[in-house]
Amino acid sequence: MSTMLEVSDLRVYYGKVEGLHRASLKVGEGSIVTVIGPNGAGKTTLLGAIMGLLPCSGSVRYAGADLAGTSVEARVSMGLCLVPERRELFGELSVEDNLRLGAFQRIRRGERGLDADMEAVYARFPRLKERHTQLAATLSGGERQMLALGRALMAKPRLLMLDEPSLGLAPRIVREIFHIIADLRKTGVAILLVEQNARAALQVADYGYVLEPGEVALEGRSAELAENPRVAESYLGFAGKS
Amino acid sequence: MSFDIVLWLVQDGIVNGAIYALLALALLLVFAVTRAIFVPQGEFISYAALSLALLQAGKLPGTVYVLVGGGAIAALLDIAVALRDKAPGRLPRILAVYVLLPLAMAGIAWWAAPRKLDMWIQVLIVFGLVVPLGPILYRVAYRPLAGASVLVLFIISMAAHYVLTGLGLVFFGGEGLRSQAFSGAHFKIGVLNISAQSVLVVLATVLIMASLWLFFEHSIYGKALRATAINRVGARLVGIPAELSGSLALTLAAFIGAVSGVLIAPITTIYYDTGFLIGLKGFVGAILGGMGSYPLAAIGAVGVGLLESFSSFWASAFKESIVFTIIIPVLVWRSLTTRHVEDEEE
Ligand SMILES: Nc1ncnc2c1ncn2[C@@H]1O[C@H](COP(=O)(O)OP(=O)(O)OP(=O)(O)O)[C@@H](O)[C@H]1O
Ligand SMILES: [Mg+2]
Repeated sequence: MSTMLEVSDLRVYYGKVEGLHRASLKVGEGSIVTVIGPNGAGKTTLLGAIMGLLPCSGSVRYAGADLAGTSVEARVSMGLCLVPERRELFGELSVEDNLRLGAFQRIRRGERGLDADMEAVYARFPRLKERHTQLAATLSGGERQMLALGRALMAKPRLLMLDEPSLGLAPRIVREIFHIIADLRKTGVAILLVEQNARAALQVADYGYVLEPGEVALEGRSAELAENPRVAESYLGFAGKS
Repeated sequence: MSFDIVLWLVQDGIVNGAIYALLALALLLVFAVTRAIFVPQGEFISYAALSLALLQAGKLPGTVYVLVGGGAIAALLDIAVALRDKAPGRLPRILAVYVLLPLAMAGIAWWAAPRKLDMWIQVLIVFGLVVPLGPILYRVAYRPLAGASVLVLFIISMAAHYVLTGLGLVFFGGEGLRSQAFSGAHFKIGVLNISAQSVLVVLATVLIMASLWLFFEHSIYGKALRATAINRVGARLVGIPAELSGSLALTLAAFIGAVSGVLIAPITTIYYDTGFLIGLKGFVGAILGGMGSYPLAAIGAVGVGLLESFSSFWASAFKESIVFTIIIPVLVWRSLTTRHVEDEEE
């Protein structure tokens, strides 16, 4: 399996404050990789830097190309997509408009077949279809998360980065979201998943990294990570059992 | 004051108010998309009005020099970036947009000026000269500092305003011009005597507002502009380039400025710096409407027009002061009644 994304020695500063200290990771084509870690470890910072939202040092290689100096928009058109922690939806636009704008780069390139993709997103999230004329700002937390995911899918990503997709959602919706993440694997998209819900994340992922304030402390196949006593204790809530 | 004087003042106020309403929309649009208070809006008005008057007089308007010169600077900036990025593939487009298009428009104006063509063709030429100034101004003045704070963007706006006014003085001179009316016809409805010119102004305003509405509701670029105004980070994440939105917003603003200039040119004598004052009244309208809602801004601007026309009847020496003083009670009232929303910086 070839490497889709390779991050090495990534460092990010917020002014003088270090937000991320030398993180390195790899995501293979079509695989699901998770990054878990405590609050403030730098997970959101890591994704922001990969997306080009934050200035950083170190290197980010994507699909064989070095991304240094590449704008966020250019990264989107290369198939790199981020569903951010704060969702960043267009609150005063309808659900349908939010989805359509997700495909902005494709529309600009004159690509066809958007209606079929819209239908596919609606099939995955029937709730969005029911509410397609509603303004995004008036959606519930779970629906907003679905819309954020749907909007990213409209860009036809090759690597989808999800920042805490289960944040603030009820257990049933969380299960639904993770079900959808597992299901997305069939479409061949690679996923880089940042999560607080380590148990669910390690279950769905192939490989995992543990990011502790500033740097990668541990990595391994997800099944092995889940067995690791340190991970079990800090992130799964109790020792031993996985 | 007799009833027909009131009607006459109302008509006058609505005609001016319609133009202020267009300008208020342009200011709101540019502010929402780029966070810049767009002071140079007024210069588009002066440039368009003076260009039309000069074309009618058979002279080449100085706008062509500003257009070709500004285009050359924009092209140099973009070429420098393209060379730095080692992307020579961008050069043809840069040259076409910033060099060939301005030269072509200048050529057309130079050819057309002595021929004193039909008025409508002259109006089209004026649009061709003034509208491209929008994206050029964005490229030269705003884009290099697009991420800066509202204050810095305001300072850029002031600088752009002074530069454009100065160039206006150089190329148009200090005397005022007035263009011919589009039509001298009058309609009599009861006691009301309506000039065709006023009807044209109101119709053009309504038409432009309707097309703006269609653009924002039904085209993907209109929605992309709204998306940028609603959530800047979200817009970048779906791949809407900030430069595209900014450039598009200023193009629309320049178009609105050009239309206003052409509409107002036969009504008022325009000097190289008159546009600023007219733009400022649009700004007052936008503030009366709360600087957020397009319909309220349009209503506020019509209110400014009415206030101005009535105060010019009662206290004509103070009409400008009355219009601008109204901002103060409105701001006080708004600051007391609305919750303060922090300006979101990223
Ligand atoms: N805009 C900012 N300015 C200054 N410091 C910041 C900024 N954003 C994040 N930080 C700091 O950088 C560090 C990493 O933050 P980050 O948001 O990446 O953590 P995280 O792992 O995503 O945490 P969480 O699990 O709570 O989302 C934290 O110490 C945070 O305080
Ligand atoms: Mg985070």
